[in-house]
Amino acid sequence: MTRPASGPRLLAGWAETRQVADSAAHVDRYGPLPVLGAELIGMVRAAGLLGRGGAWFPTGAKLAAVAAGRRTPVVVANGAEGEPASDKDKALLTVAPHLVVDGMVLAAVAIGADEAILCVHRGSAVRAAIAQRHGDPVAIRLVEMPARFVASEESALVNFLNTGEARPTETPPRPYERGVRGRPTLVDNVETLANVALIGRYGADWFRTAGTPEAPGTMLVTVGGVAVRPGVREIPLGTTLSAALGYQRQVVHSPAVMAGAPPQDRIDWNSGGPREPADERSNSGGGNGAADSVGAVFGHGVTEPVSAVLVGGFGGNWLPLPAAADLPLTPGALAAAGGALGVGMLLALPARACGLAETARILRYLAGESAMQCGPCMFGLAAIVDDVEGLTYGRPTVERLRYRLGMVGGRGACAHPDGAVRLAASALTVFADDVRAHASGRPCAGARMAPVIRVPASGMGLGWR
Amino acid sequence: MNQPIMWYASRATGLIALVLFTTSVVFGVLESGRFSGARWPRFAIAAVHRNVSLLSVAFLAVHIGTSIIDPFAGIGWLDAIVPFGSIYHPFWLGLGAVATDLTVAIVVTSLLRPKVRLRLWKAVHWTSYACWPLAVIHGIGTGPADFQLGWVVAVNIACVVAVVIALGWRVGVSHPDTEARARASGRRPV
Amino acid sequence: MALTRQPAPEPLLRVNPIACHAHGLCAELLPELIDLDEWGYPILADGVRGAVPAPLVDQARAAVSACPTLALRLQYPKRI
Repeated sequence: MTRPASGPRLLAGWAETRQVADSAAHVDRYGPLPVLGAELIGMVRAAGLLGRGGAWFPTGAKLAAVAAGRRTPVVVANGAEGEPASDKDKALLTVAPHLVVDGMVLAAVAIGADEAILCVHRGSAVRAAIAQRHGDPVAIRLVEMPARFVASEESALVNFLNTGEARPTETPPRPYERGVRGRPTLVDNVETLANVALIGRYGADWFRTAGTPEAPGTMLVTVGGVAVRPGVREIPLGTTLSAALGYQRQVVHSPAVMAGAPPQDRIDWNSGGPREPADERSNSGGGNGAADSVGAVFGHGVTEPVSAVLVGGFGGNWLPLPAAADLPLTPGALAAAGGALGVGMLLALPARACGLAETARILRYLAGESAMQCGPCMFGLAAIVDDVEGLTYGRPTVERLRYRLGMVGGRGACAHPDGAVRLAASALTVFADDVRAHASGRPCAGARMAPVIRVPASGMGLGWR
Repeated sequence: MNQPIMWYASRATGLIALVLFTTSVVFGVLESGRFSGARWPRFAIAAVHRNVSLLSVAFLAVHIGTSIIDPFAGIGWLDAIVPFGSIYHPFWLGLGAVATDLTVAIVVTSLLRPKVRLRLWKAVHWTSYACWPLAVIHGIGTGPADFQLGWVVAVNIACVVAVVIALGWRVGVSHPDTEARARASGRRPV
Repeated sequence: MALTRQPAPEPLLRVNPIACHAHGLCAELLPELIDLDEWGYPILADGVRGAVPAPLVDQARAAVSACPTLALRLQYPKRI
C-alpha cells in the first residue's frame, strides 16, 4: 500500500475521482483491512488522535478505558450529527463510508467488542455501502435515529439504543463504563473512526505528518455563511482561521482576483512551504448549499467583508475578524482564546449583519432543542433567548443576561445549556460595540435584515423517538 | 379479658386511626401540590405527613389487635390481612383488611425509600387514594350501631369533607416544572 | 512506624438535574450550601455538586432524605 502523500486523507478518494468509493474502489485505494488486535490501541495513542465529535478527547485513552471494562464492549459510531449547520459527517459517510466502517471494525477487534453499530439519520445512503461488505470479523448494525440536536450526544445515543428515546441521561456512569445494554461502550464520531482506519494502515508516525504535535492529523470543516465556496473541506489541524476560511484581508470581488490570491493565504499540507500549483487540479466543484458541495478544496475567500466567524457549531463561539485571523485551529489554541474548537464548522458573518440578531435566532433554536429534562436548561435557555432578543430590539437587558449566563451553565445533565451560554457570552464579547449601542436603545439596522445564517425551526414538540 | 373494654377500645382506636389517616392524606395532598406558607415550609409539611402516618399505623395496630383479642366478634388474626373470610361482617371487615394490606405496602416502601425505585414507590403510594376510602367505608359498614351516635357521624363527615377540600385544591394547582416535562413527553400534567 | 490518621475527605453533595423537579426542600434544610435559582432549582458550590464540611454532614443527610424525587445524593469519596 502506498501511503497517501500530503493532501487530503479522508476525502482523498473524492478529491481525485469525484466519485463515491464503493468497496472495490476503497480496497483499491487503501488496501484490504489490516489484521490488528489490541496493538491498535497503542498505535492510536502514539498517533495522538483526538476525537472529532466536538470534545477532542484522546481516542487512544477512550479505547483503553472501554477495553478495560469487565463485560464485552460495544462499538457505536456516531454519524448522526445533530448540528444543523454541520455536514461533515454526512459528507464523509457519503463519499468514504468504507473508511468509517473499517475504523469501526478495527476498533471493535482491538477492544474485544462483538458488535459495531453505526448510527445515522433516517434516509442515509450508507445502507448500500454496508450491504457491500462481507467478511468483517464483527457484526455491523445500522441504526437510524431522529434528527434532533441533543440526540447525537453520547449518552443520548446510548439511551436511544437502550430505550428508543434519544435524550441524554445523567452521567456518571459514562458510556465507556456502562452503555448499550449495560456494557462498556465506545462512542466515537465517524470522522474519528475513519482516522483510526488510516492509522491502522499507515501507522502513528505517518498520522503525525499533518497537523500540530498536540493536535495531529486533519479535520473536516463545514464552511458556510458568506463564504464563496461553502462546503465541507479537509484541512490540517493548526491551519489558521483565515486560511481555513480562505479569507483574505482585502475584500474579494471578482474571480480574477480570487485566482490571483497570494500563496501564503493558501493552506500548506506539510506545514512547510506553499502548496504546489499541481494540487489545484482537483479544485473544481463547489455548490450552492453546504449539503451539496463536498471537496478537498480551499476556498478562495468570502463574498463580502466579514466581521466574525462562528466556530464549533451553534453551541460554539464567535471569533472576531480580522483580530482572530491568525488563530490556529486546534483545540488548545481555541481554549486559550476562551472558546472551544467543537465540531469542525466555520460560518462567516458579514459585517453588515447584526451579530446579536443572528445569535438570538440560533439561541431560540437551541432553546427549542432542549431535551426538557433539567430545570436550568428548560427555563434558563428560554430566559436567555428573551434577554438576547430584547437586546436585539434595543432593550437594556445586558445585566440580567450576564447574571443568567453565569448561573445556567454547568447545571444540566449534558452540555447543551453550556453551549448556548458559550455562544451568548462570546456574542457579548465579540459584538461588544453592538451591545453598547443596542443597550442604549439604538439597535442597528442589521436586526431587521433577513437572516444570513440559516437556522432551521427547532423540533420542539416532535419528541426524541 | 373484660369483654366490653376490648370492644370499645377497638372501635375507639378505629375512629382515631381514621382521623389520623385523614390528616395524613390531607398533608400528603398538600405535599403533592407543593403547598407552603409563612409558618409551614415544605419540610414541615413533609415531617407532619410522615409522623402522622406512623402514628396512624400505631393506632391501626392497636385497633386490629384489640378486635382480634376480643372474643365477642370472633375475628382471627388472619382476617386482619386476608379479606372477606371473617365471621363478623365479612365484606365490610374485609375492606378494612384490604386497606391494611395497602397501608403496609405504602409504609414499608416509604421506610425503605432510598432503596426502592421511585416509580414503584410512587405507584404504591398512589394506592392511598383507594386505601383511605376503603377505611371510611369499612368503618361505616362494620359499626352500624355506632352511626346512631351523632358525633360519630359528624367525625366521619368532617374527615370526608377535609379530603374533598384538599383534593379540590390539589387539582387546581400546577407547577411550571410539571407542566414543562409533561409537554415535552406529550402527556397531560398531573 | 507511627500510624497517622488522615482527616476524613469531605463528602460530596450531588444533584441529579433530570430527577430534580424544583421542590426546594433541600434549600430549606441546608441553606448554607444550597441556593435556589429564579426558577426554584438548586445551585451548589460547583453547579450541581458541592463539598460538605464536617459540621453540616448531618443536615446534608436530612436534606438528602427529604428530597421528594431522590435527586440529591451524598457521595463519600474512597479513602486510600
